[in-house]
Parts: sequence; C-alpha cells; structure tokens
Amino acid sequence: MHAGLCGWVMIFSFDLLINAVVSGILIGGFYAAVTSGVSLSFGILDIVNIAHPAFIILGSYVAYIVNTTLGIDPILTAIVMTPAFFVLGAGIYQIYYVSFEKRGQESLRGLAFFFGLLFITEVSLVLYFGVDYRYVEAPYIGPTWHLGVVGMPLRMLVPCVVSLLLIAGLQLVLTRTFIGRAIMAVAQDQLALRLMAIDPIRIKRIAFGISIATASLAGAFLIIIQPVEPSVGREYIGRVFAICVLGGMGSLPGAVIAAMLIGIVESLTSTFYGPSWAPAVSFGFLLLTLAVRPAGLLGR
Amino acid sequence: MRTPLFLVICLAVAAAVFAGAVAVGNDYVFFAGYVILQYVVLSTAWNILGGYCGYVNFGSAAFFALGAYSTVAIYKLIGLNDLPHIVPIPVLMLAGGVVSGVVGFGMGYLTLRLRGAFFAIATLALAVVLQTLIVNWDFVGGSRGAYILRPEEVPLIGSYIKYLFLVMLLLAVAALVIARLIERSRLGYGFATIRDDELAAEASGVPTLKLKLIATTISGALMGMAGAPFPYYIGYLQPSSTFGLDYAVNSIAMPLIGGTTSWVGPLIGTILLGSLQQIATVTISSAVNLLLVGVILVAFVIVAPNGIIGLVHTYWQRKPDDFVGRRRVETDAPGSVP
Amino acid sequence: MTGNMTGNMLLEVDNLGKRFGGFVALENIALSVPAGERLGLIGPNGSGKSTLVNCICGTLQNEQGSVRFDGHPVDGLAAHQRTRMGLARSFQLPRPFVSLNLLDNIRIPLLYAVASRGTRSSASDVEARCTDLLREVGLDNKARQLPRDLTQVEMRKLELARAMAAEPKLLIADESMAGLTHSEVEEILALLVRLNEKGVTIILIEHIMRAVMSFSRRLVVLVSGRKIADGPPDEVMRNPEVEKAYLG
Repeated sequence: MHAGLCGWVMIFSFDLLINAVVSGILIGGFYAAVTSGVSLSFGILDIVNIAHPAFIILGSYVAYIVNTTLGIDPILTAIVMTPAFFVLGAGIYQIYYVSFEKRGQESLRGLAFFFGLLFITEVSLVLYFGVDYRYVEAPYIGPTWHLGVVGMPLRMLVPCVVSLLLIAGLQLVLTRTFIGRAIMAVAQDQLALRLMAIDPIRIKRIAFGISIATASLAGAFLIIIQPVEPSVGREYIGRVFAICVLGGMGSLPGAVIAAMLIGIVESLTSTFYGPSWAPAVSFGFLLLTLAVRPAGLLGR
Repeated sequence: MRTPLFLVICLAVAAAVFAGAVAVGNDYVFFAGYVILQYVVLSTAWNILGGYCGYVNFGSAAFFALGAYSTVAIYKLIGLNDLPHIVPIPVLMLAGGVVSGVVGFGMGYLTLRLRGAFFAIATLALAVVLQTLIVNWDFVGGSRGAYILRPEEVPLIGSYIKYLFLVMLLLAVAALVIARLIERSRLGYGFATIRDDELAAEASGVPTLKLKLIATTISGALMGMAGAPFPYYIGYLQPSSTFGLDYAVNSIAMPLIGGTTSWVGPLIGTILLGSLQQIATVTISSAVNLLLVGVILVAFVIVAPNGIIGLVHTYWQRKPDDFVGRRRVETDAPGSVP
Repeated sequence: MTGNMTGNMLLEVDNLGKRFGGFVALENIALSVPAGERLGLIGPNGSGKSTLVNCICGTLQNEQGSVRFDGHPVDGLAAHQRTRMGLARSFQLPRPFVSLNLLDNIRIPLLYAVASRGTRSSASDVEARCTDLLREVGLDNKARQLPRDLTQVEMRKLELARAMAAEPKLLIADESMAGLTHSEVEEILALLVRLNEKGVTIILIEHIMRAVMSFSRRLVVLVSGRKIADGPPDEVMRNPEVEKAYLG
C-alpha cells in the first residue's frame, strides 16, 4: 500500500511537472517575442529602453479596443498597427538622439527619459481605462489541445507559434537583408557605414522603429494569453532585460533559449511554490546573471 | 562656507520651519510637510549616487521599504505588536539605515563592476525581488499588511505627527549636510570623475569600485533611514504602496528637475515638485498628479538637462565657479571624446 | 618600498597576448624597460600600440603572458592600483573630466594617486603643484576653464599634464603631439626630456618620426600585434622588415 501511494504521488507530480514544463516552453516563446524588441534596442543599439514594456501594454490596449468595437482578431490588428508603432518608435528615437545621444548624456538622462515615458504611458492608460483587467475574445481563447497528459491551451499555443515565426522573420531580416546587416553593422562600426554613404542615424532610427513595432505584436500576444491592466508592464521590465542579458545581448536565438529557460523555471516555481513567487524568478535570474556571467549564456 | 557654520544655519532654518508649522495651528501642515521632508532625504540620497556618480538607481522604493519593514520586523520581534513604541524612532532609523546600507553595499558589490546601465536595471530587479520576498513573508504581515499604532502624544512636542515631522526635519538637515560635505571633499571630486569618465578616473588613480560602493551604501542607508518612521506615519503598511512607483519616479524626478550637480538641486526640486504634487492631489486627483510628474520629468530632461540650477546659470550667465562654491557644471560632451 | 628585483628593469612584459573575440590584437609581446629609459614605440595604425598600453596599465586585461612593474607582478591589479605604484599614461584620444575645470582635472591624480603614497600635502601645496603643471604645458591661463573650451591640441596637453600629475616612475605618452606645430613639438619634447632627467622613465608613442628619433634611445616597432624590432633607433630604421612595414 505504501508503494502504491508513492507511485500515485509520483504520477501526480509527473503530470504536473510535464505540464509545468510545457507551459513554460509556451510562455517562453511569447517571452522571446517580447524580448526581441529589446534585443534590438539594447542588445544591438545599446539604448536602454526600459519603457519597452509600456509600448507592449499600449499594443495590448490597441488590440483590446479594436477587438471590442470591431470584433477583429487581435493578432490581425497588431499586424495592421505595426507601421504606426514603427513610426512611433522612429519618432522617439529621433527625440532620444537629438536630446541625449548626440550630447553624450544617454546614461543618466536617457534612462530618466525612458523611465518618464514608461511612467507617462502607464498613468495615462490608468486615467483613460482604469485599473480593471481587460481581455479580448477570439476563437482560440478557451479551447485546449490535449496530447496525452499534456494540456496546451490554445491561447498560449497560438501566440507561442506566431512569436517564434516573428523571431525567425526578424532573424532573417537581420542576417539576409541589406537593412538588417546595416543594423548589425551600426552597432560595431559606424565609420564604415559612413564611408559607404549610409547615415548611421537613419539606420538606428529604422532599427528602433522595428523594435517598437515588435511591441505591437507582443502586446496582442499578451492580451490573448492573459487579461491586461496598465501595471502589468512592470513585471516585464526585469524579464525582458534578464532574457536579453542571459541570451547574450544582441542574439535572437540566444534570447529564445533564455526565454524558454526563464519560462520553464517561472512555471515550475509557480506550480510548486505558488504564483506569488513568480515575479522574483526572472529578476533573480537577472541579478545572478549580472553578477556571475554578464556575457550571457551564448556570450558575446 | 565651512560645514559647522552651514550646519548651524540649517538647524536655524529648520527651527524656523518647525515654529512656522506649529503657528499655522493645523496638523495637516505636518502631515503634508512630512512627505516633502521625506522626499528631501530620498532625492538627496538618490543624488549622491545618481547625480554625483552618474549611476541611476530605479529602486529607491526598495531601500525605502527596507527601512519601513525593518521597523515592522523589530516590532514583531519584540512582540509589542500594537503597543506604543518602546524603541525610539532614532534607533529605528539607525536600524533601517544599517539594513538598507548593507543591502546597498551587497547589491553594489554584485553589479557595480558592470556598466551603469546594468546597475540601473539591477536596481529595478532588486525592487521587484524584495517586494516579492516581503509579500511572501508573513512575519511582517505579507500581502495582508501590518498595523502599527501611533501613540497619541509626545511630551514637550505635542501630537505624534509633530514628533515625526521634527525627526524627519532633522534627518533632512543631516542628509543635506552630508551631501554638501561629500561634494566639497576629495570624495566629491572622485565621484565627479566616475561620472565623467570612469576609465580615465581609474587611470588617474581613483579607486572607482570602492568609491561607487561608498556612494551606494550611503545612498541606500539614507533612504532606509527615511523609510524607518514610515509605518508610524501611515499606520497601516502594505507592500503595494510601500514599494510604489511614485517613490522611484519622484526620487529621480526631483534631483533631475532641481539640478544634479549640487545639494541645492534635490532640495529645490523636492520643494517645487513636492508642493505641486500636494496641490494636484488635493485639487485634481492623485493619478493626474503622477502623470504631471512624468511629463515634467521628460520635459526637463529634454529641454533643461541641468535642471533649475542650470537654468539659473544660463539666465544669469555667471561662471560656474561663483555658484555654490563648486567649480562644476554639467556640460555637453566635448568634441573629441569618442 | 622594495626596489626592483630583477636587474634594474622597471617594466617587464613577458609573452603578452590579447584577443578580441577572434581577432588577435597582440601576440607574444616581450619587452623589458630599464629605469631611466627613453623608449619610442612606433608602428602603423592598428598595430596594437594602444592595446599594449591598455594591457600594461590595467585598462584591459591580457589573457596571456604577464606584466611586472617595479619588480612586482601587476596581472589582475586594477588600473588605479598600477597608477598608485607609479605607472601613468595619457590617452590617445583625450579623456578629460568634462565637468571639472583644468585645475581640478590636474588635481585628481594628486588627490588620489600621489596622496595614497603617504605624503601629506596641504591644499595650497596641491593647488600650487596643479598650477605649475599647467604652466609646464602652457595651459595655466585657462586654469579655470572647462575642457570643452579647449582646442584638440590643448586637450592633448591637458592629457599629458594629468599623467604627469600622478608623479609616475614610468610615463606612457600616447600620441601627445598630434596636431602640434613645430615649436610646440619641441616644447613638449623638451618637457619630456626634463622629466626623464629627473628620473622618470618614458615610453613615447608617436607618429611624428622626427620627434621619436630625436627623443628615443631605444625604438620598438609593433606591426599587426607583433614586435618586429627592438634596439637603437638607427639600427631599427635600417631593419628591412621595418622599412617594409612603413613603405611596403
């Protein structure tokens, strides 16, 4: 009887374990999409845009508005809104460049600038929408696919798959297209670009625009996965930088691995120790990474 | 002006402020004034690391909350949960200061070898980690919060809030004196070189890591000391409000708006921004008030990077030497620095 | 203070190597500099001169090899510790402290590097010393101005003066003369010679060949991260490999 009880406990835990891991992988895919923007702005351009999560939340709310008024699928909305977010990002970079980068003051004042943006965005959303949780409706929110003992909610599976597609697309752009390679180059050798008659500032503007454009999509994914309210962005600040640093700064494949790792650990922590511990996981990871191996797993 | 004289002047001003507040006859002055004084300490403390050394700390709330929660912990330890205080506030402040100072040192040790940007992000991380720890620590009340009963009266001074106000007033004086002392000392020169060019500072013999650790520890300790009496002020301590974003944003906005190069900046910024917020909270709403802070911060950082001190300089076109005794002013990057 | 252990070598670099990712910046650099030497370090752009200086001074950590200064191994020591031991350098691209005026810029090494060696100086002594140093490089009339008000050339002079302020045993001057007029070059050379006569060992990194040839008693040539020549200037300049590096 004792052995039987142990066996039962083991199976029960195993079920929970495998589901937690799968859940972690699924959310990790999403985390990677969220981080991709920061990999661009921080990893490659060296701009500490801590307001990135705010743009994601903005994307969530845009998807929410369109979804509740017109009934359009959030991911579709996000794709349509990408150019608008791109323009927003380009505009913000221009202000950042003129006010800070050009003057060499990006460390203190640049950080304060983005912090201010984060703050303004969050408080504006609170003023306009209030602190109630908002959610969207879509045919894949609700059903769950079952593969044996593993349950994969579609509301997590769909964003995960689209996220990985987004990252694959970004990686292709960065490595195969001219603009993409110019972006990679601007991080390392601005002089070389100038010699090729390419304006590095324009390249950086485009890169930052792309970074914010990803936030539009990430926002749609977020509100599909979970209900959103304005302060949700804050927990992502640490996650996003943790994944970016852990994944080796500008490396997108690195970000994917790091994101899955953090997703799995968070999921396991949440399942076995309770959800109130989850926020500390990624931040704890970040502190550890910074202390021990700042170059990340696939370090540069 | 030598420091002892400065201290005497500050104490005189403080005495005048206290007398003036008492003369108003309404305890509300003390409640509002306490918050402003608290921010004088927080913004001055922030500026020691942020303005003088150039290392941005987004986690002011964490150090503040550590001070507050160490007070709660001491209470729970002594077991006098709802009884009036037996451990006097200054001692609690010392405890809060030590706890925050140690954590500041520890965090600095882990992250200060890296670039300023990483340190800034690490401070964000610290705030969240600490909040999570506190929320899960039932000993200090966890997410349910902790009640601290405020005694009614204090002999000689009057209502308890007057006592709290007085204590915070003295802490504010101490913070300003410390900041000014640092500014004018060898340490202040060292901090400035760290802010300007850490590599060149090292090459010139400045032990940058040691100095950064000193700055982080002092800054953290002062913030913890500001937080220690907070449970008494607020009566009911909750993690969500104690770790609130308004502490982080205000302790950054106030020095940046006032000017980061000198002890005067955080003071000016706090008085201006603090009063503005008190008015806005009362007349409009607290959410709009926060929005205002964010907008003003962004506007100042773009348009007036040297804060109000900088604006005063430009307007009067005085040489940097003549002002506040320090030959220092924030400048645009020089032509040749890569 | 214990003196040199091995002969009279102030600086010993042994089998130094430094890579940046896949790029080999320095390979197998060996260098011995006796006290009192006037060493010229030359080489085409990108040959690794500044990287070598950075490794010697601790701004960069070398992966391979070792550095000994004044008889003590300095591998792993932070830059400020090496400066305190008596090793000072100027940066090729000037790095002034932008929010401090010139006087205060010079004051920093005096307050930190020199003071840590135990000698107590009064504030007025320090101030006088700062003014003297500025005068030696011809910048005393701008003592209370900020670095942003200086020309490129003046900033290089400030760099040199700041390195001198650390009262070093070994001073590495990295391209301090770029952009100077003929007479200014002579002035700086005279300054360096005066320093050397007071006992300061000097490593001069320069592209102005005339200056290097007249100043150096010994010349070291670096090409693509390797040392290809080391000896008296005339001999070195007649070395066919050196000719090839500069003309080939």
